[in-house]
Amino acid sequence: METTITLGTIDFLIMSVYILFVIGIGWVLKRYMLTATDFLEAGRSLPAWITGLAFISANLGALEVFGMAASGAKYGIKTVHFYWIGAIPAMIFLAIFMMPFYYGSKARSAPEYLKLRFDEKTRGLNAISFAVMTVFTSGISMFALAELLRILLGWDFNFSLIFSAVIVLIYTYLGGLTSAIYNEVLQFFLIVIGFLPLSIIGLINVGGWDGLKESLKSVAIERGFSAGAFTASWEGMGSATSNPMGIQWFGLIMGLGFVLSFGYWCTNFLVVQRAMAAGSMKAARRTPLIGAVPKMFLPFLVILPGMIALVLLNDSESGFALLQKNGSDDFNSVIPMMLGHYFPAGVLGLGLTALMASFMSGMAGNVTAFNTIWTYDIYQSYINPNKPDKHYLRVGQFATIFGVAVSIATAYLAAQFDNIMDFIQLVFAFVNAPLFATFMLGMFWKRSTGHGAFYGLAAGIVAATVHHGLTLTAGEAIGIKGGWISVLHQYPSEMALSFWTAIWAFIVCFVFTIIISFATQRTKSDNDLKGLVYSLTPKYREEGIKWYQSNLALAILVGIVAIILSIIFW
Amino acid sequence: MGVDIKLPIGLMFSIIGVILTIHGFLTATNAEFYKKSMDININLWAGLFMLAFGIIMLAFSKRLKNPKAGK
Repeated sequence: METTITLGTIDFLIMSVYILFVIGIGWVLKRYMLTATDFLEAGRSLPAWITGLAFISANLGALEVFGMAASGAKYGIKTVHFYWIGAIPAMIFLAIFMMPFYYGSKARSAPEYLKLRFDEKTRGLNAISFAVMTVFTSGISMFALAELLRILLGWDFNFSLIFSAVIVLIYTYLGGLTSAIYNEVLQFFLIVIGFLPLSIIGLINVGGWDGLKESLKSVAIERGFSAGAFTASWEGMGSATSNPMGIQWFGLIMGLGFVLSFGYWCTNFLVVQRAMAAGSMKAARRTPLIGAVPKMFLPFLVILPGMIALVLLNDSESGFALLQKNGSDDFNSVIPMMLGHYFPAGVLGLGLTALMASFMSGMAGNVTAFNTIWTYDIYQSYINPNKPDKHYLRVGQFATIFGVAVSIATAYLAAQFDNIMDFIQLVFAFVNAPLFATFMLGMFWKRSTGHGAFYGLAAGIVAATVHHGLTLTAGEAIGIKGGWISVLHQYPSEMALSFWTAIWAFIVCFVFTIIISFATQRTKSDNDLKGLVYSLTPKYREEGIKWYQSNLALAILVGIVAIILSIIFW
Repeated sequence: MGVDIKLPIGLMFSIIGVILTIHGFLTATNAEFYKKSMDININLWAGLFMLAFGIIMLAFSKRLKNPKAGK
C-alpha cells in the first residue's frame, strides 16, 4: 500500500531505547512499593514540578493528540478554545479553590471525597461510573493506536495491541502510581521534542505564519466563511453558521469554557490524582498551575500540524493525503501522516516513539486511576473492608492486571463494532456532564445534602440523555447523533449538540441538588464537614514565602499569559 | 523516594541524542534523503537539541545529589 511508512533500523533503535527506559524506571521503583499508599498514592511525597508535568502528560494521551490535530484540520485555529478557554481557567480554579478540599480532606480519591462530604451512594455512583469509564477509555485509545500501526506500518493488530498494553502493564505493576508519574514526566519531554520538528518543518513548508494565513484564507472563502475563519480564533463566532465549528460564542463559553472544562479538569480523578500525589498542600495546589504552563503552548505542537495539513490537503501538488475511512478523509490520521510526510528515517523513529509515549501516558493514567478507585472505593468499601494494608497492596497490583486485561477486551470490542466507540463516549458524556455541579455545591454550599447530591446527579444524567434524544445534529441520521426520542431542535454541528447537552445536564443537576437538599435533612454536622466545605474550613495560608513565590501569584501570571495569547491570535 | 527522575531522563535523551547526531552526520551529504524535511538535516538538529537537553538534566541531577550524599 502506498501510504505505508517503512521504518529503518535507526527508528527501531530509538524506540527500543525508550522502551528500555520506561520499563527500567518501573523496575527501579519496585523496591519502594511497600504499602498500598506507596503503590496507589505514590506515598504523597512528590515535588510539584513532577506532579505538574505528569498532570498535563496524563491528559496528553493518544486520543487527545489525534483529536486536537484532527480539530486543527477541521476547524483551524478555533481549536485553541479547547486550551485557552477550555482548560486554563478550570486549572486555575482547581488549584486555588478546590485543591484545599481534595488534598486537605485526606480523601484518597475523588469518589472518597464525595463519601466524606455526602454519603455512600453518591460515592458509589461516581466510583463505579468512573472505573468503567477509565478502562473503556484506555481500551479505545489502545484500539486507535494498534489500528494505526497496522495501517501505517503494516504491523500485526494483535501484536501492536498486546505489546503496547504489556509495556504499560509492566511499569505500572512494578512501580504503581510513582512509576506512572515518573514515566509521564519522561514521556512529556519526549512528546514535545518528537512533535516539535513537525510544526517547525511544516511551518517552513507553508511559508511561515503569514503563508499559512494566506493559504487558509482561500480555503475559508471557498467554504463560504470570512477570510480569517481558520486563522483568527474569534472571527465568525457571533453566529453558528459563520464559523467552521458550527457554534456561537455563548454556547462555546458556557458549554466548553464552563461546564465541560470545569467538569473534566476539576472532577476527573485521572488528573486530580496527580495533584493528590504531591508532597504538601502547597505542591498539590501548584500542580495544576505548573501543568497549565505547557498546556497554554501545546496548540503550537498539536493544532498547528493540523492547520498545516489543511493547507497541504487543499494543495494538489503537495502529494499529501490522509487515510480514508468510509470514503472520506480520516482526520484522526493527521499527526501520523504528517510524520510520514516530513520526517526522514531517524526523526521518524523519534516521532513514532513520541506517539507511543503519548499513548502510554494516557493509558497509564487511566490504569492507575482505575486501580485506586477499584481498591479503595469499590473493593475496600463494599467487598472486603478491614483487611491489613498488605492485602490492599496486593489487590491494587491485581487490579492493575485486571484493568489492562479489560482494556484489551474493550479494544477488541471496538474492533468488532464500528459504532461502539461513539456509543461509549456518548454515555460517558452523559455521566460526566453534571458532575461539576455536584462537586461545586458540595465544596461551597454546606446545606447541600447526600440525597440532594445523589438524586441531583441522577437527574443531570437523565437530562443529558433526554436532551440528546430530543435534538439532532443537522444533516445526520437519527440515532447515535441524537433525535432518537423525537426531533424538537436541530443543532448546526455535533459539537454544538454536545456542548448544549452538557449545559442542560449541569443546570438540571444544579437546580435539583438545591431543591432536594432543601427538602431533606442534613446528615452531616458543621463539625463533620470541617475541611470539606469552604465556609467551614479555616483559610489555608501560605506562610514564610514572598508574595511572588505564592500559588496565587503563579495563577495570576498563568491567567495573564493565556489572555495575551488569546489577544495575539484573536 | 530515593529516585531522581532527572537521571533517567537525562540518560535517555543523551543516548537518543547521540544516536540521532551520528545518524545526522552520516547522512549529511545525502541531499535526496532530506528532501522530505525541506532540505533541513533534521536528524542532526534534533540530535544536538536532545543531547543538550539530556546533559542539562544530568547536570541538575548531579547537583542535587551531592549535598544529599554529604548528609
